[in-house]
Amino acid sequence: MSGTSTTGKTGTTTGSAATGAAPAWRRVAAQTAFETRAILRNGEQLLVTMVLPLLLLVGLVRTSVIELDTGGLSRVDFVTPGVLALACVSTAFTSQAIATAFDRRNGVLRLLATTPLGRGGLLAGKVLGVLAVEAVQAVVIGAVALAMGWQPAAAGILPALGVGLLGTAAFTALALLVAGTLRAEGVLAVANLVLVLLVVGGGLLVPPDQLPGALAHLATVLPSGALGEAMRGALQGTGVPWAAVLVLTGWTAVLAWAGARFFRWQ
Amino acid sequence: MRGLVKRYGGRPVVDGLDLVAPAGAVTAVLGPNGAGKTTTIECCEGLRTPTSGTVRVLGLDPVSDARALRPRVGVMLQDGGLPTGARAGEVLRHVAAMYAAPRDVDELAARLGVESFARTTVRRLSGGQRQRLALAAAVVGRPEVVFLDEPSAGMDPQSRQAVWELVRELRADGVAVVLTTHLMDEAEDLADHVHVVDHGRVIASGTVRELLTTTPDDEAGGVAGAVRFDAAPDIDLAALAAAMPGDGTDGSSPWSATSPAPGSYVLTGPTDPRALAALTAWLADRDLLAGSITVGRRTLEDVFLDLTGRHLR
Repeated sequence: MSGTSTTGKTGTTTGSAATGAAPAWRRVAAQTAFETRAILRNGEQLLVTMVLPLLLLVGLVRTSVIELDTGGLSRVDFVTPGVLALACVSTAFTSQAIATAFDRRNGVLRLLATTPLGRGGLLAGKVLGVLAVEAVQAVVIGAVALAMGWQPAAAGILPALGVGLLGTAAFTALALLVAGTLRAEGVLAVANLVLVLLVVGGGLLVPPDQLPGALAHLATVLPSGALGEAMRGALQGTGVPWAAVLVLTGWTAVLAWAGARFFRWQ
Repeated sequence: MRGLVKRYGGRPVVDGLDLVAPAGAVTAVLGPNGAGKTTTIECCEGLRTPTSGTVRVLGLDPVSDARALRPRVGVMLQDGGLPTGARAGEVLRHVAAMYAAPRDVDELAARLGVESFARTTVRRLSGGQRQRLALAAAVVGRPEVVFLDEPSAGMDPQSRQAVWELVRELRADGVAVVLTTHLMDEAEDLADHVHVVDHGRVIASGTVRELLTTTPDDEAGGVAGAVRFDAAPDIDLAALAAAMPGDGTDGSSPWSATSPAPGSYVLTGPTDPRALAALTAWLADRDLLAGSITVGRRTLEDVFLDLTGRHLR
């Protein structure tokens, strides 16, 4: 309507004739870029998605403060797949849950739902934004690991990508379930706490069978344990365990259903 | 909108509400807090599904035809809905990217003074700045219908003028503007049609002029005005009303005199210079000195308070 003030009548006709949505791919691309920038620029989000995995990677490889049973592998080969799995959870779950919860509280979800983006486009933008951040994480973590002598199984890289996608689906669904049902402050606490619990006892970094007692069994059927095991299987060259893929797929289905069922937009 | 009902847990928030908002006009939904204004608007925006009743925006259903409506409807939410971590300019550009032919972002930002804080993150903006940004986001897609929920809440007077000017321009361009407010001057200055809403129902509708000239006690009453004055208590109200000039419809005096408090009086009737002279003459005849006399047309605020009651809620 920039020209409207000078040409009132024509402005009106062009105004309504030109009214329309941008193509769907452009709307989703814009939302993806917006979400990605929001995460990469937010200090706390960067802490969880970039600094924490890198600290754990370097800390576990370079120091032996924590005793690891690497099963004959070098420390970096043993640890890196788990760190990648952790990075996936930190972005798909912790960071996304917090971002969505605050967007929900601030009415951002409602406002964007009234623009041509709609709810579907918003969701697509979020998922793609998560994948974009994960790509950055994979490159940075991979580069640091390679610099420390990481030798991933070349044949496992493609399966690892698939595992990463599946894990992203499961944990994004969990993030949306939590963000769409709890208060924003509650989500902040839960999302960080769950991440810590999963890292320590969820089979992400430490293989479930190395966990004590009942935790070993529990971690095997948790999405975190399944993701960690699948990632290790792929990148350590022992093959992706099908049980883990099955567990992750099951969680994805259940969490996606619950998210769709219980997510409240306001 | 016909017979809109929205219940929350059985409690009706909107209860059989009818209203129409024509193109090229500003329609104000006026009501106290909790009257159901925001719920009504959100049903129009497709954000809520009515319990019953029909809502049509541009002839379409806001929920089932949402995809077709979204490009044609602009929305400014009461709570803003702006992502707090992003810069103001980015937010506006981002919303503009959703439309095929958005308004010129720089021009719009300049119009609403958004450019002065375009590089500030939304989190650091003042209430008025956020409102201006939210309004810019609502109109950037060249909508045919705009819903503004309390657009000038928290704004300084300059911002308000800028917003009002933009709203008038939208109206001139044929846009249907629907705004909710509890600011009387906003409704009085901007709105072509006012719907006063309370307890989920429209309790009065009309142009501002129509509302101002209709007294609630006397629906047929002509030009309404009030002269308020203070004088000695216990004056003869009937005699005063009879002494006032003008003819009522059936030959009786068109004036009524009341005393809301001892020594304080309100004369209601066709207020003109003669009426004021008659009042002072009547007082002089009785050697009464008025402490104060104010002549005032009813304001929308009077109408509103008369309609919705003066108790706090």
